[in-house]
Amino acid sequence: MVTPLLEVRNLRVEFPTRRGTLLALDDISFEIAPGEVLGVVGESGAGKSLTGAAIIGLLEPPGRIAGGEIRLEGQRIDHLPYEQLRRIRGRRIGAIFQDPLTSLNPLYTVGRQLVETIQTHLPVSADEARRRAIKLLQETGIPAAEHRIDQYPHQFSGGMRQRVVIALALAAEPKLVVADEPTTALDVSIQAQIISLLKRLCKEHGAAVMLVTHDMGVIAETCDRVAVLYAGRIAEIGPVGDVIHRPQHPYTAGLMGSIPAMDEDRERLLQIDGAMPRLNAIPAGCAFNPRCPKVVDRCRSERPDLMDAGATRAACWRVAS
Amino acid sequence: MSSTALVEVDDLAKTFDVSPPWLNRVVERKPRLFVHAVDGVSFAIERGRTLALVGESGCGKSTVARLLVGLYRPTRGSVRFDGRHTDQPRSAAEQQQLHRRMQMIFQDPYASLNPRWKVLDIVAEPLTEHGLASSADELRQRVGELLQSVGLAAADCEKFPHQFSGGQRQRISIARALATEPEFLVCDEPTSALDVSVQAQVLNIMKDLQRARGLTYLFISHNLAVVRHVADQVGVMYLGRLVELADKAALFASPRHPYTRMLLDAIPDIRMSGRARTPVQGEVPNPLSPPTGCAFHPRCPHADARCASERPALKAFHGVQVACHAVEQGRI
Repeated sequence: MVTPLLEVRNLRVEFPTRRGTLLALDDISFEIAPGEVLGVVGESGAGKSLTGAAIIGLLEPPGRIAGGEIRLEGQRIDHLPYEQLRRIRGRRIGAIFQDPLTSLNPLYTVGRQLVETIQTHLPVSADEARRRAIKLLQETGIPAAEHRIDQYPHQFSGGMRQRVVIALALAAEPKLVVADEPTTALDVSIQAQIISLLKRLCKEHGAAVMLVTHDMGVIAETCDRVAVLYAGRIAEIGPVGDVIHRPQHPYTAGLMGSIPAMDEDRERLLQIDGAMPRLNAIPAGCAFNPRCPKVVDRCRSERPDLMDAGATRAACWRVAS
Repeated sequence: MSSTALVEVDDLAKTFDVSPPWLNRVVERKPRLFVHAVDGVSFAIERGRTLALVGESGCGKSTVARLLVGLYRPTRGSVRFDGRHTDQPRSAAEQQQLHRRMQMIFQDPYASLNPRWKVLDIVAEPLTEHGLASSADELRQRVGELLQSVGLAAADCEKFPHQFSGGQRQRISIARALATEPEFLVCDEPTSALDVSVQAQVLNIMKDLQRARGLTYLFISHNLAVVRHVADQVGVMYLGRLVELADKAALFASPRHPYTRMLLDAIPDIRMSGRARTPVQGEVPNPLSPPTGCAFHPRCPHADARCASERPALKAFHGVQVACHAVEQGRI
């Protein structure tokens, strides 16, 4: 078996508050193989962005990793001191965030930001770094890159900015790119451009991708495997085709049914009643049990772990029985 | 136009003055600048039906919504509601009556509800404003009924907006909009701030209410899958103009305008049928200096010299309305 590029084992993330400790991520385990695209999907508050932030070491205090481990190519990275982690971030893990305007420094030209990133992580001269920066911008499809490299972020449109951010993330040839909602701030027609670009470039550069998004359509098109998060835990994980076509967990099934489809007509959409519980009021047993249409007694008292369920793994007692 | 139309919009236009301040214009000789946010839009919505307007950010769809309910005054053109021009001078009582019959639901349920008001006060405001309840008891009872009709509990009226989730807040917005028993609801991206499972709840409620009360909707959205679910008719907007207006079935089965085709191609394929998605080329131009001729021609694969110089008008074509020279000439 190939060593996984990224291995997350029993990850717990807590937020201590005055009224007790909130458990934001609970027992998250997954792996990403080299070159693989893993989707992480869930509704607001499910913990998908936190998972990404924990991996790149950018948890906002007071949030902290309270248990479990994260290994990158076999090396533990979750308890490294800040300075060491900073070298890994950018060099071995690239990051792409939702809003391209806030992830670029408005006071520096995009060229300066790219050159700085390249020179921080790779032993190259300033000229070589600039050549690389121009090449990266060309690869991301920015026209007249030699000219635009000396412009400021505000001179780029939203889609073009996100291309610059992708170039930045790939600047030091990382092994893993964590992309947190990379297309959510963009118009639909631009989304498709950015997603296909991200997929193509990561493939060319041999980088694996962890794609965090709430958009099942993007997941379906881009990912090899997908993890569905609910209230801080993985509800289901498996190959993307199986999760979409043969979901085992009732939450995944409900989520799929609630998306208006382009190829069938339904008078009413399937709906999951209620809303995701708040972190301070996660129900006992399976967190989904108050909303689950197939709930049994065991779900209310005992918490299910991920179990083999067909081609996927689901945290549901019904697949066990 | 057919006589059953509840809302008729004719050559509606709205221009915003975005000129630099007077001093800068004089000292720095900067020119006056205008954005033609909506430019010559015409459509009609029949009673009990839903027209959806789709387009990317900045195409003017929200401006149309605001023009319809009177939040903006049109630069040109007219809106007729139930056969009467909305900007005709009329008595205050008639004006109030008109406002009672059309209401609006906004995109962001976090911004459109006053955080310091109880739900009771929020939903009751239109009732008291229009004098639709005679006593406090009746008011409370009406609010309770309204909350129940959108799937909330009557007891929720004592709570504040922050005690509700995004989907529940949007239901409160709907309950408030329904308070005056309007016939026409303008919904400006009512579900884009919501998660998919909650979006499904809100869309279902909106459809149920339409059936039960015979409501007419103008539904603004950028999500074509949502539009396909709720709309009867669809208008596609690009840089302030309608480029295609068609029945839902026709639009999704055989889109005519190249922009509509591009938008449909850009939808992620959730069923993984293997259909190749063609990314749309280029980006929306700056509305301050829109391209000459057809505004879409720089991104259009079928554009020729005529498209670059002459602006196509919206014309009937096989039962749909399209503004495209290439379609008209049979080139595509």
